[in-house]
Amino acid sequence: MKPKTLFEKIWDCHVVHKEKRRPTLLYIDLHLIHEVTSPQAFQGLREHNRKVRRKDLTFATMDHNVPTINRNKIDDKISARQIQTLRDNCSQFDIELFDLSSPYQGIVHVIGPEQGLTRPGMTIVCGDSHTSTHGAFGALAFGIGTSEVEHVLATQCLWQNKPRTFEIRVEGKRPKGVTAKDIILSIIGEIGTAGATGTVIEYRGDTISSLSMEQRMTICNMSIEAGARAGMISPDHVTLDYLKDKPRIKDLKNKEELFNYWSTLATDDGASFDKSITIDSVKMSPQVSWGTSPGMVTGVNGSVPNPKNEEDPVKRKSIENALEYMGLKPDTKIEDIKLDTVFIGSCTNSRVEDLVAASKVIKGNKVSSNINAIVVPGSQLVKYQAEKLGLDKIFKEAGFDWRDSGCSMCLGMNPDQLSPGERCASTSNRNFEGRQGKGGRTHLVSPIMAAAAAINGRFVDIRSYNIDFGEY
Amino acid sequence: MEKFKNIASVPTPLDYSNVDTDQIIPKQFLKKIEKTGFGEFLFFDWRLKDDGTKNPDFVLNQEKFAGSEILLARDNFGCGSSREHAPWALKDYGFKIIISTSFADIFYNNCFKNGILPIILDGENLEHLFVIAIERDDLELRVDLKENLITDNKDFYYKFKIDQFRKKCLLEGLDDIDLTLAHSDKLEDFEKKLGSIK
Repeated sequence: MKPKTLFEKIWDCHVVHKEKRRPTLLYIDLHLIHEVTSPQAFQGLREHNRKVRRKDLTFATMDHNVPTINRNKIDDKISARQIQTLRDNCSQFDIELFDLSSPYQGIVHVIGPEQGLTRPGMTIVCGDSHTSTHGAFGALAFGIGTSEVEHVLATQCLWQNKPRTFEIRVEGKRPKGVTAKDIILSIIGEIGTAGATGTVIEYRGDTISSLSMEQRMTICNMSIEAGARAGMISPDHVTLDYLKDKPRIKDLKNKEELFNYWSTLATDDGASFDKSITIDSVKMSPQVSWGTSPGMVTGVNGSVPNPKNEEDPVKRKSIENALEYMGLKPDTKIEDIKLDTVFIGSCTNSRVEDLVAASKVIKGNKVSSNINAIVVPGSQLVKYQAEKLGLDKIFKEAGFDWRDSGCSMCLGMNPDQLSPGERCASTSNRNFEGRQGKGGRTHLVSPIMAAAAAINGRFVDIRSYNIDFGEY
Repeated sequence: MEKFKNIASVPTPLDYSNVDTDQIIPKQFLKKIEKTGFGEFLFFDWRLKDDGTKNPDFVLNQEKFAGSEILLARDNFGCGSSREHAPWALKDYGFKIIISTSFADIFYNNCFKNGILPIILDGENLEHLFVIAIERDDLELRVDLKENLITDNKDFYYKFKIDQFRKKCLLEGLDDIDLTLAHSDKLEDFEKKLGSIK
């Protein structure tokens, strides 16, 4: 038999219908929904008198609008209405909801994996571009718009044109202090924010195999920032080990059969991709974004670029616009950039390992006097686990705010926002203009770089700290 | 969905690359639970000054482009968040066609679901359109989807490529869910097979 990629294996066994020169009708195994991109979809169902076809494959939570302090008292009436609408819709259509009172509520891309809803070989969709996160388990997972949310609710299928495949091999032993976040930022810096448009990325190579599931999620999460439809990693023993005791998996009757099936999903030797690149992680350094697009990154020892050195007029203008918005002068050293805020959270970097690593930097130190620093765990379960490890005390003693879970300052739909001109070291995924608050200036970094920035009030090279981060 | 009709309009040249959906419609306007009324928030932070008055330097506010139904954009338009509020805002504002060298995947898909035609043009022809959109006061760009054709009221002529199925859906205003339900038998068979595996 012709060797197949992981993507091809999943695609082929989800085809419901296909014909020439038409998109393929693809079956969806798991549909995650949240409060922002679902209300109009449910309204559409009501208008056409349609039902949810597979409520057993549909799960909901509220995360985008949720306050991280006093979460049950939402002052913004429009946010409160959107959250209540999700409750009403889940109740009317009989969909399981991880509500604000649930100990398992959290960012949709954090709770799917930690509950064991996310599984290898699945097709997974959600009305959120960071659905690519779930690809870390060897699933085909991608973000969709609200019309498609309605379509999946009604039919459990989607019309899809088959994307091309893109192999990104990351090889070599990554240096200490270079995390999964630095790997994905380096990749985006290299291939550009449209470098993977129209493709599904499979991350491979020994650097990737050596990563934990949480780190793999960080990598797949930001695939969309390179323009990819999805990002995925072949399941291996690390994947299966992570899954075996997850709540929705541990008691399954056909667990052994499932695990056997999952171990067959990895890309076959000799399978071919439409496009391939290899990147050496040995040379990577901790990354800091300087501009208004995730591809605008450099190493912590580097400087902000000078637009004069860019020959392409469109690119030059982009750099000029970005520097103006960011309030940065050309050639400024990254380590000379002073900060106002540090945000540790988001579906990219808010899991227990992230918080453990950041706490090692924080322990025994104080947040710089000019810095506001907050930690927003990715889920209430992450928060609980972190508190059992005593991490909340370490962060609070240093001067961090320790909050309830949610998307929070990653996109500032709740009250956690930057003010105009405020400069933030953020472990989130997007540094777009106004993303964290109108006029706010975002620098994307790893959790350990963010922690070091909180103590120093500016960026410093985390490699200068003598800390053992283990395999982080 | 309404059937897509031919458009003749002055094109608005939006001279930025990598325009993300956070710029097209910022997050504070995603809290509505309706599909309509997003037009007034389109490019909110670029179109309006801090005091809420129009920013006269922003291209959409220039008199020449008032009522325009065609947006000229640059590389990777619509990147970032999957929010369908972005095409809802563009459509509600009056744009029916977006022409660029490239689009982000989710945004591109979302356009078709809302009767917006995204057209991919090569860099050279797009550059030409950007130049004449600024220079000419009499410019009218005409888009004929049936013929895959962009022309102007002078000598511009361009045959664009588009997926035949997406074209058919736009022209006939087809509803995706109805299309799928026409395959209900296959769907049920698939689910039976699935049930026996899991």
